Amino acid sequence: MSSVATLMRRSDAPLARRNPVAKLAAGLVFTFAVLATLDPLTPALAIVIVLAAVPLFGVGYRELARRAAPVLLGATGVIVSLLFFAAERTGAVLFTLGPFAVTTGMVYTALGLSLRLFAVALPAILIFTTTDPTDLADALIQNVKAPPRFAIGALAALRLVPLLGAQWRLLTLARRARGVDAGANPIAALRNFASATFALLVGAIRRGTRLAMAMDARGFDSSEPRTSARRQRFGPADLALVVASIALSAALLATTVALGTFDPLLA
Amino acid sequence: MAARVAHVELRGFGWRHAGRAAWAVRGVDLRIERGERVLLLGPSGAGKSTLLAALAGLLAEDSGEQEGTVTAVPGGVGIVFQDPETQLVMARAGDDVAFGLENRGVPFEEIWPTVDAALAAVGFTYPRDHPTSALSGGEQQRLALAGALATRPSLLLLDEPTANLDPHGAALVRSAIGRVLADRDTTLVLVEHRVAEALGLVDRVVVLGDGGVVADGAPDAVFAEHGAALAEQGVWVPGHPVTPRRAGSPAGPELLRGEGLWFRHPGIDRFALTDVDCLVRAAEALAVVGPNGSGKSTLALLLGGLLVPTRGAVMPTVDLAAGLTRPPHRWRAAALASRIGSVFQDPEHQFVSTRVVDELALGPRRVGRTAGETASIVDDLLARLRLSHLAHANPYTLSGGEQRRLSVATALATAPRVLILDEPTFGQDRRTWIELVDLLAKLRDDGCGVVAVTHDSDFVQALADRTLWMIGASNE
Repeated sequence: MSSVATLMRRSDAPLARRNPVAKLAAGLVFTFAVLATLDPLTPALAIVIVLAAVPLFGVGYRELARRAAPVLLGATGVIVSLLFFAAERTGAVLFTLGPFAVTTGMVYTALGLSLRLFAVALPAILIFTTTDPTDLADALIQNVKAPPRFAIGALAALRLVPLLGAQWRLLTLARRARGVDAGANPIAALRNFASATFALLVGAIRRGTRLAMAMDARGFDSSEPRTSARRQRFGPADLALVVASIALSAALLATTVALGTFDPLLA
Repeated sequence: MAARVAHVELRGFGWRHAGRAAWAVRGVDLRIERGERVLLLGPSGAGKSTLLAALAGLLAEDSGEQEGTVTAVPGGVGIVFQDPETQLVMARAGDDVAFGLENRGVPFEEIWPTVDAALAAVGFTYPRDHPTSALSGGEQQRLALAGALATRPSLLLLDEPTANLDPHGAALVRSAIGRVLADRDTTLVLVEHRVAEALGLVDRVVVLGDGGVVADGAPDAVFAEHGAALAEQGVWVPGHPVTPRRAGSPAGPELLRGEGLWFRHPGIDRFALTDVDCLVRAAEALAVVGPNGSGKSTLALLLGGLLVPTRGAVMPTVDLAAGLTRPPHRWRAAALASRIGSVFQDPEHQFVSTRVVDELALGPRRVGRTAGETASIVDDLLARLRLSHLAHANPYTLSGGEQRRLSVATALATAPRVLILDEPTFGQDRRTWIELVDLLAKLRDDGCGVVAVTHDSDFVQALADRTLWMIGASNE
């Protein structure tokens, strides 16, 4: 079965083509700022900043929305579980849903958590949709001296991941061909799932071993110093991105402190 | 005789994998001169791949026990394995060839000219940044060959490099090998089941057997002296054709029909199969042939009631359906297994038990046979497929040939009227191959409809009563 070409397109947008390590660092700083406080205002402002930066990454809002759809699901989960399981129901009661009283305190917490989820996920989505995995591995090795054994090894393993989906499909078909199906029996379904998972793992380990052997055969992880065929530079523009992220993060926290909504995570 | 530098020398070499009682290979004395082209033969399990791994320096000290010596090769080793999917490391073709150069510390300035030269040498026509996942198997193997050659190894090792490919892809890879070896300087050791195709590339044949090298010399001499014995052991030897097993009587009535079949995987734009008609008759062996990507395997899954056609229909006759009215893909699994059996290309995909006997008993139990009936079916199949001595072994620990026999046996255990096989002879030695052909011929003669998706033209020659040629609808 021939697979479909799924290479990351290397975008020319000003922020998309920054050094992957710079993007990662900028994203991490920004994420820490968002996570430092529990109020809803900080993540809301952070989301505004991220949305404003979207065009600089060359990503369409529509595509961003599509990729962020699972986050919406997560946020819904947060709100629902808070509604049912929240221990503290502080503040005034807004309305009641059967036995559950919805209070202002809960709304505040749920809003904060959902917004934080988006404020963390959106920059991550932007960074990873615009960063080629090969470039990331190269930058990790060349700019922050990550061990190639780790960076290239992970990159090679990543290539095998899409195969798992195809393998899983074949495994389930093969089980049906053997006369094995669960019908409406959940225990049988669970057993079939476990057995197919085992077969998937066996196959994955075999393929992983073969790939490792092929990499060994081509001199990977030998004692010789490694060179690189692709240059990743960390230039002034990359530094500027990291500095801008630090400045924005600081400004973000300063704003919430000034407005009095700052609610530190580690208080 | 002039003192030529021995490139490769093994003395009393043996290797036993950690945790195994038997030696994978033992007592090998072999000397290969610079520039020699050696075809390494031997029955399944003779230790050919282990020997190649030893020559490539891939047998880590802590992974087993070694006897004797292997003389290291100055100038490096390049190796190409059988499976394209697990030897390409990078996402882009050029990066993959560069990988070996990077590992050996080749300066940046020299890397890309070397990559381009290696790609040109194997006839790779795509640009450097072409995604490796979008290549056909034959193209991937040529890319792997370029990667192995880029570091200019003095010893090139090829472990069944064309076994996974369709005939066209295999021919392209062989011609690329021939082209890159034209310099007479690179030493070659090739492991290949299909001797006839490999003969053009080699000038010496070495046969491994119990106790080391059992034959060594020019191809003609080796085959004249040992040909019959080798063929008996399972090696494919030129001049020892197998007897065809065509049907003695005309095909029986129709059992299953595919009409106007189209198929598209969910989430993928192009069709894997476009507008195919197919007829399966009782007492007839149908071969489905065509290049990689032409949808042969998809057709097998559709006929097998395992995929739902995007358009068109798979229609069993009343006789085959035996009371069921819906299309096969709506049948319960047990009902399907007792009517249409499917054997997948990779036997391991189909194993669900931890012992061979349980694996064989599973189908009969599922379709409602009694314990007594099941036991007699299992015993019969174990004996017919030479698996009795492995009855309590774990299916995952069997050899390739044993796994193949077991996967066919499991499909036969539920006595389906139609048996569909995907590349049943793939990677099998001559002995298992002949057993499979005999078995399928007997099924066919007993009135079964046999459908085999295959690249193997010998298999088609030996068994097929009718051939369906698939042409790629939308592949490269």
